[in-house]
Amino acid sequence: MDKTLRRWAPLFVLPALICFIIAFLVPMIMGLVLSFFKFSTVTDGVFVGWSNYKRIFTDMDFVTSLWMNVRFTVVTVISINILAFFLALLLTQGVKGTNVYRTIFFMPNLIGGIVLGWIWLLIINGILLPKNATIITDAKYGFWGLVALANWQNIGYMMVIYIAGIQTINRDLIEAAQIDGANSWIRLKSVILPSVMPAITICTFLTLTSGFKIFDQNLALTAGNPARQTEMLALNIYNTFYTRTNFEGVGQAKAVLFTILVAIIALTQLAATRQKEVEA
Amino acid sequence: MSIKTRTNYLHIVISILLAMLAILFVAPIIIVFMNSFKSKLFISSEPFAFPTSETFTGYANYVEGARKINFFKAFGYSLFITTFSVTAVVGTTSMLAWYITRVKSLFTTFTYYLLVFSMIVPFQMVMFTMSKIANILHLDNPVGVIVLYVGFGAGLGSFMFSGFIKTIPLSLEEAALIDGATPPQTFFLVVLPMLKPTAITIAILNAMWIWNDYLLPYLTIGTEYKTIPVAIQYLRGGYGAVDMGAMMAMLVLAMLPIIIFYLFTQRYIIEGVVAGAVKG
Repeated sequence: MDKTLRRWAPLFVLPALICFIIAFLVPMIMGLVLSFFKFSTVTDGVFVGWSNYKRIFTDMDFVTSLWMNVRFTVVTVISINILAFFLALLLTQGVKGTNVYRTIFFMPNLIGGIVLGWIWLLIINGILLPKNATIITDAKYGFWGLVALANWQNIGYMMVIYIAGIQTINRDLIEAAQIDGANSWIRLKSVILPSVMPAITICTFLTLTSGFKIFDQNLALTAGNPARQTEMLALNIYNTFYTRTNFEGVGQAKAVLFTILVAIIALTQLAATRQKEVEA
Repeated sequence: MSIKTRTNYLHIVISILLAMLAILFVAPIIIVFMNSFKSKLFISSEPFAFPTSETFTGYANYVEGARKINFFKAFGYSLFITTFSVTAVVGTTSMLAWYITRVKSLFTTFTYYLLVFSMIVPFQMVMFTMSKIANILHLDNPVGVIVLYVGFGAGLGSFMFSGFIKTIPLSLEEAALIDGATPPQTFFLVVLPMLKPTAITIAILNAMWIWNDYLLPYLTIGTEYKTIPVAIQYLRGGYGAVDMGAMMAMLVLAMLPIIIFYLFTQRYIIEGVVAGAVKG
């Protein structure tokens, strides 16, 4: 089979592979190389060594946005997962209308980041109206606005993963614990939580990566205002590329660091999942 | 109190809690919908009030917004790009995945890991170089963008198809080949029908991503061909002067098709998203 199939390689491999090379592989390699060059279009580069990487840290903007992004990610990972798990528990008690609720809670996840940003701009500014303020009056309004948005968008998504996890638990196990006199807290701690550990791992990493990669919502809700204080990494890189002249190389170097950060998270996840499989 | 009455009480409490949360979840959408019928002055001064005879403007915001950003043209571009990109991603990645899973060589192993790696890399890493290359290769039009989406969708598509193909016993394909079927016949008549559940999952995940995507179409075709997210962000205009009336109406028009589509297909969408999260 191997041999007959090999003769047909061009038909099966080329369509997707050519697109992959054009859209990803070549831009990726060029991006990596250009992070060591000074350039404004991709063909006029001059080699500058580590200079772009050094220039990243001459301004504090990248570090500020990294710190903003870390705080945002920590708060959203915790809040989204706790609330999503709580909703998943409520929706697995056999209450009437469970399907309708699941449909409603998941719905915001289908709405794109730009639209989400504008929806929450209206809501947050409406809430701040009595204070005579808007979302860009103070960075903390923007921060909590983004947190609220991310929660609204992702709780339903994580909830359906937790529901799938809870549904794999053997009902007999819970009933046996109930008969043995375990109260609901002990049932949650000793039966439900250990069984949904794989779901917790998946959801933690999904919210972790989406927290660091957030862009559209950031752009539409605060656009980094006030004074770039609510600008997170992806938006910071975008602004470095497109709103400053002679900073293309610095933007590309920042993008490389950003990629390394996201890759470390992904590899940690891989290691964590592998370990779970060994234990099981 | 017996266990049964206790469970009944618990169910009532949970039902009330869920109903309240459901209202909280749909509230942002309702508020936007409400404001889309109010004149723009009243949207910022009383965003949470129902339209009254004084503030009600009928369809004026819709007419104004659709004219300003050419909404129906944007809808057409979004629909065209999403439909053909999703079809192309599913078609080409299933073929690629079958080949790299069934043929074992250095090339296929290397390609597989490269594809998996591409799923980790954030878009900011390649956005600058990719949009320049797209420009040089004349891919900066709605048809060319499909090539880019296949390139970026190749990772997840191939990874998920490959995961499923590994679970299909080889004997079926070998029997077809021994009976004289060519590899393309074997793939399209024997393998592809079996891939249907995975294909639906991949189609859903890609459709959600491409329909809502902002940065890729903005950077490559944004000036000439605006998709819905690009057109909406374009309403922001120059120095913060946003026509909130037109904005509200356009947000409603952007959400409406997705929500209607979702209500009819929610089971598949939720299952697809869970499958994608667990396997990806």
